Amino acid sequence: MTAFLAVVTRELRLSLRHSADTLAAVLFFLVVAALFPLAIGPAPETLGRVAPGIVWVCALLSALLPLDRLFGADFEDGSLDQLLLCGLPAAAVALAKALAHWLVTGIPLLITAAPLAIMLRLPDPALPWLLAGLLPGTMLLSLLGTASAAVVVGARRGSVLLPLLVLPLVTPVLIFGVAAADAASAGLSPRPDLLLLTALVAAALPLCPMAAGAGLRAAGE
Amino acid sequence: MDASSVVAPPPSGRNPGRSLHRFANPGRFLRLSGVVLPWLAATGAALTALGLIWGLFYAPADWQQGDAVRIMYVHVPAAWLASAGYLGLAICSVLSLVWRHPLADLAAVEIGPVGAAFTALCLLTGSIWGKPMWGAWWVWDARLTSVLVLFFLYLGHIALVRAFDNPERGYRSGAILALIGVVNLPIIKFSVDWWNTLHQPDTITLTGAPTMYVGMLWPLLFSALGYTLVFAAIVAARTRAAVMERRIRTLLMMRAEETAA
Repeated sequence: MTAFLAVVTRELRLSLRHSADTLAAVLFFLVVAALFPLAIGPAPETLGRVAPGIVWVCALLSALLPLDRLFGADFEDGSLDQLLLCGLPAAAVALAKALAHWLVTGIPLLITAAPLAIMLRLPDPALPWLLAGLLPGTMLLSLLGTASAAVVVGARRGSVLLPLLVLPLVTPVLIFGVAAADAASAGLSPRPDLLLLTALVAAALPLCPMAAGAGLRAAGE
Repeated sequence: MDASSVVAPPPSGRNPGRSLHRFANPGRFLRLSGVVLPWLAATGAALTALGLIWGLFYAPADWQQGDAVRIMYVHVPAAWLASAGYLGLAICSVLSLVWRHPLADLAAVEIGPVGAAFTALCLLTGSIWGKPMWGAWWVWDARLTSVLVLFFLYLGHIALVRAFDNPERGYRSGAILALIGVVNLPIIKFSVDWWNTLHQPDTITLTGAPTMYVGMLWPLLFSALGYTLVFAAIVAARTRAAVMERRIRTLLMMRAEETAA
């Protein structure tokens, strides 16, 4: 447990020292989402209708940005081997990385999503449910993203490859997340979609670190 | 089981892994597949031709869809093979991760492009059928979307296994990705079904009687069997080529080392 916390603390400290990199994902989220009103037009009905989709797709893309460096930097300077030798199982190292990714990218995205959704004229009743969907949704992005990032460690053009691997895998997250917000704006219950998202978190929580651990061990061989 | 038997398969005995490892020998695979491959390819091609000619020229037209229904004999087997191919990819990945089966590694690499091609064929024929039937080349229907995601999963696997300088790393990573994909596929399928449905439900299921005229069912089954054999033949031929390529590379390396020394 101490080792696990040490790995998490190390990740958090590293991202604090490289705060510009950390902020870049959130800024990317804001900038890309701000392009949509310019492209679609400022009509509130249209914008409000597509706002959950815009927020979700932009969140997916922004969460991808730091994944490339998640293991890449450690792999290049050799500290990945040290992490694998530190006594923790590889899956626990991967879980620590996923937790750090969620704390550093997921939570800021979640916080930024609220003002962004308001600017995109999302109907007021849907806002809490959009955020409630993003909470398990960002966790899933971190878990699936960590698993994919572990698999591409050491690949040529890994950063180009990552979106191709992650985006098809996260389609269910996107569907349920947007469905929850859409249901809320239509006056229906968003509960089933949120329950499904939470169920996906429960399934991904053990499986994704396991897969990521296998990928890291293969990289360390 | 002691540690040594885990690391290396024992030379003899009733070890369940033995039957598997017998086919792990690339030389034996080359001999066996050399005998089987021509038959496999010929039977597959003959059955596909039979099914397609029967389906395209002699089977009855549908009372509702007319002659457009005939694309089914090309489309439906391709769709079956697209999913069966991914399952095969996942099975090879398990063999490669658990038993480090060298042929499974190569087979997984070679299944990827073939499966992707069948998936593309399925999407393409579906779209050609959709234009007269639904009035659009592409509709964001649940099944179309899940096959599209399957296509992307194939492409990701193809790109990943070839992205490493060390082929062993590519095999491992590709295997893990294929397993993540195969766990995720039912979830994707379910979520997309929930999201939108326009495609007709399954006509042929394993549990119920098919709701299809027998004159249409037979050609479909022939072409499905033919497609399966052709798929297997292409994968076997590609795996043979990969084994030989590896041998050639080893021979060239050896010669280069000799000349250097």
